[in-house]
Amino acid sequence: MKRFTLQIGIALSGMVLLFSGCNQGGNAANGALSSSAAEKVYVAPGEQDEFYAFLSGGYSGNLTVYGLPSGRMFKEIPVFSQFPTSGYGYSEETKPLLITSHGFIPWDDLHHPDISQTNGELDGRWIFVNGNNTPRIARVSLSTFETEEIIEIPNSAGNHSSSFITENTEYVVAGTRFSVPVPQRDMPINEYKGNFKGALTFINVDPEHGHMDIKFQVIMPGFNYDLSHPGRGKSHGWFFFSTYNTEEASTLQEVNASQNDKDFIAAINWKKIEEYVNNGGGTEMPANYAHNVYDESTHMARSTMKKKVLTVDPTKVPGAVFLLPTPKSPHGCDVDPSGQYIIGAGKLSADITVHSFDNMLAAIEAEKYDGYAYGIPILNFEEVLAGVVKSGGLGPLHTEFDGKGNAYTTFFISSEVVKWQLETWQVVDRKPTFYSVGHLMIPGGNSRKPFGKYVVAMNKITKDRYLPTGPEMEHSAQIYDISGEKMELLYDFPTHGEPHYAAGCPADLLRQNSKKIYRLDENNHPYSIKSPVDARVEREGKDVHIYMSTIRSHFTPDNIEGIKVGDRVYFHVTNHEQDFDVPHGFAAIGANTSEILVMPGQTKTIVWEPKQVGVWPFYCTDFCSALHQEMQGYVRVSPTNSSIELSWSVGE
Amino acid sequence: MKKASILMILGPLFLLGLYIFPLWNIMLGAPQYPDPLGMNIHIDGIRGVNEFDIQNIDGLNHYIGMRTLPKDEDMWEFSAFPIIVAVMIAIGVIIGLAGFFRRINYKWFLGWFFLMSVLGVMGMYDFNEWMVDYGTNLDPNAIMKLTNPDGSPISYKPPLFGHVKMLNFDVTSLPATGAWLMFVGMTLTLLAGYFGWKNTKSGHVIKPLET
Repeated sequence: MKRFTLQIGIALSGMVLLFSGCNQGGNAANGALSSSAAEKVYVAPGEQDEFYAFLSGGYSGNLTVYGLPSGRMFKEIPVFSQFPTSGYGYSEETKPLLITSHGFIPWDDLHHPDISQTNGELDGRWIFVNGNNTPRIARVSLSTFETEEIIEIPNSAGNHSSSFITENTEYVVAGTRFSVPVPQRDMPINEYKGNFKGALTFINVDPEHGHMDIKFQVIMPGFNYDLSHPGRGKSHGWFFFSTYNTEEASTLQEVNASQNDKDFIAAINWKKIEEYVNNGGGTEMPANYAHNVYDESTHMARSTMKKKVLTVDPTKVPGAVFLLPTPKSPHGCDVDPSGQYIIGAGKLSADITVHSFDNMLAAIEAEKYDGYAYGIPILNFEEVLAGVVKSGGLGPLHTEFDGKGNAYTTFFISSEVVKWQLETWQVVDRKPTFYSVGHLMIPGGNSRKPFGKYVVAMNKITKDRYLPTGPEMEHSAQIYDISGEKMELLYDFPTHGEPHYAAGCPADLLRQNSKKIYRLDENNHPYSIKSPVDARVEREGKDVHIYMSTIRSHFTPDNIEGIKVGDRVYFHVTNHEQDFDVPHGFAAIGANTSEILVMPGQTKTIVWEPKQVGVWPFYCTDFCSALHQEMQGYVRVSPTNSSIELSWSVGE
Repeated sequence: MKKASILMILGPLFLLGLYIFPLWNIMLGAPQYPDPLGMNIHIDGIRGVNEFDIQNIDGLNHYIGMRTLPKDEDMWEFSAFPIIVAVMIAIGVIIGLAGFFRRINYKWFLGWFFLMSVLGVMGMYDFNEWMVDYGTNLDPNAIMKLTNPDGSPISYKPPLFGHVKMLNFDVTSLPATGAWLMFVGMTLTLLAGYFGWKNTKSGHVIKPLET
C-alpha cells in the first residue's frame, strides 16, 4: 500500500512536472517573442541610440531629431518658423534668416531633409531642408544642429520636389509643384495651359562652407513637379523629377489633374546643362530673392537680396531633358543604391513602375520617342520600363532601399509597407501601418550605402494609437526591424508636426562632431563682451545698448537706471560659461518678443521697448544652478523727459 | 660598479618627465559631471585636464567660498620646483658619471637618493599645506556655508592620495605620469646604490678614490 501510494505520488508529481513544463514552455515562447521586440527598441538609461533620425516637421516649419531604435526625440531645430523657446526668429541675430522677397515670414512648411553626401555616401556635414510655401532651401549644420543658411527660390511656388542633393553635394535641387507665370505677371488664371512654367532650380553648394548659390534654373512646362531624386553611381549626373497635372489644369485639380493615364518622370542631365551654362549658355533674368547666411563666429545672420538668376530653356540644350511616361500621377521618384533603377510610385495606382537607366540611355540613343511635350522628347514607355511590381496594395508613394537588393514602398491608401525585390519585382512581405503611411525612412536609404536595419514609417493619420488629446493629435510613426526576411513591427511613437520625409544616419557619423560649447575667445559678435569688466550701457538717441554678461549665477550689470519710456533697449547677452550644457536664458517683463536662450560662449540680442514708468525685473529663464532663482535684475524706467543719467552696476 | 653607475646616470634622467607630464592629478566627478572635471598639477603650474576645467572648477568653488586656483605666478613653488628638479638631475648625472669613472663610491648614490627623498617629502608636505589652506580658508561671505554636525565649517581640502566624497563631488587624487617616472628614476638610483654596495662588498672595486 505504502509502495503503491508512493508510485501514485511519483506519477502525479511527474504529471505536474509535465504540465508545468508545458506551461512554462508556452509562456517562454510568448515571452521570448513579445520581449524581443521590446528589447530591440530598449535603449537602457544612460545608453545612446544607434542612429540619428531627422524627421521633417511639416507645418511646424522645423526639423526634429530623434534616436533610433528608441523613437526618443532629442531636439527640435528651428528652421523656417519662429521659435520662442530659443528666441530663433525673435533675436536680432536670427531675424534676418526669415527675410524673403515678401518680407519677414515667420513660418513655412518643411518637407524633405537630405543629409550631405560624398561619393554617394552620407558624410554628416549638413542637412538640407525645403520650405514648401514660400520657396526656400535651408542648410542646417550637423555640428551645431542649428540653421546656418536659407536661400529663397525665385520663379517657383510650392517648393516640393526639393532639397535633394547630388551624390557629392555638388547641387541641392529645388523643383516647383505649383507652376506659375515666369516671370510673375498679371494674367488670367484660365490661361495657365502653355503659359505657366515649372522651374527646376540647381543650387550650387560650396564644398568647404556649404554656402548656397543658384547656378541655374531649368524652365520646364507647367506641370506639377512633385518629388525628385538624384542619379547615383552610373546615373550620377542625372536628376529625376516626378510630375502630375500634365493636363495643366488650373482648377479642381483633384479631378482635372488625374485624367491622363500617364504623367512623366522628367530626367534631367544636369551635367550637360552645367556644361552649357559654363560655356555661356542660358538667359540671365531679373529676379528678387533673399539669401540669408548665419555666421557662427559673429553669431549673427545677414540677409542680402539677389537680383538676377540664370534660366535655361530645356529645348535649347539637346540631349539634356527627357520625359519618361509613368502611370497615374507619380509621387515618389526614387533611385536604387546602384543608380540603375528609377522607381515611380503612381499614387493612384496599384502597381509600382520601375524604369531602367540603361534602357533609358538606349532609348535616347535610338531615339525611341513617342512624341514631344513643348519640344521635350517623350521616351517610349515600354522601351524604358524595367519592370512592374504587382503589389496588391493601393496608392504607392515612396520607396527606400536596404542595400541588400530589397526595396520598401509605402502604400498610403492600403496603409502598409511592402517589401519587394529589385530585379525579380516580386513582393516578399507586407506589414500594416497605423494609419495611412506617407513616407518611410531607412538610414542612408537614399544613398549608395543604406544601413538596412530599421525602417520608420511616418503616418498621416493617428486616430486611436495613443491616449486621445482632442481633435488635434501628433502623427504616429512605426519602426520595423528589417534585418530579417520578414519585417517585424517593433515600436510605435508620436512625431512632432507632420513628418513628410526623413533622413537618418549612424550615430557615430555625427556624435563626435557635435559641438559642446562656443568658444568665447572666438566670439566675434560686435556687441559681445569678453569679460564682465566690459559690461556697460550706451545710449544712441532712443536706442540703448546693454552689453551684458551672464555666468552662474548673475547678470552683469543687474541694476540699470536711466532708461526712459519710448527707448528701444537692446539686451546683448553674452554667456561667459565655457562648460557643456550650461545655457542662460533672458526674459524681461512686457517684452513683445520672446526670451532668448544663450549657449555657452554665445551672444544673443533681444529688443525691449518699455512703455510704462517703473522698476521692471528681468531674469534668467534656464535653470542654470542652485542659485538660478537669484539670477535676476532690475531696470528703472523713467518718464521720457526725465534727466536721470544712465548708470549700471552689479553687487554695489 | 659600471652597471650601478649606468643606473645612477639613467635614474635622474627620468625626472626630466616632470617637465612634460603632470606630477599629480585631481579629478572631480559628480552626477551632473559624467565627464569629470580635472586638474593636473605640474611642477610649474596647475592645468585643466580639459581646456576649460580650471575655469569651471573655480566657477563651482565660488559657491562655497574657495579662492580661485593659483596661476603660475601666484605661487613661488611653480618657479622654484623646475630649478630644484634641474639641479637635482644635474647632480645625479654628475654623480653617476663620477661613479662610472670610479671617482666616487656608491654612498654618493644613496646620498642623492636620500636628498631627493627629503625634497620629495618636503614638496608633498608643502603641497598638502597649500591644499589645507585652499580647502579651509574660505570667504566668510560664501554663498553656501556648510558645517559638520559639530558646527565646524566643512573642509574642502582635496585628499593628498585617494578618494573622498565632498558634497556632490567624488574627488580622486593620485600621482600622475610625472610622479611615476620620478619614482622609477629614484628606484633606479636606489638600485644603483645597492649594486654599488654589493660590488664593494665582493671586492670588485677597490678604493676607487685612491687611484
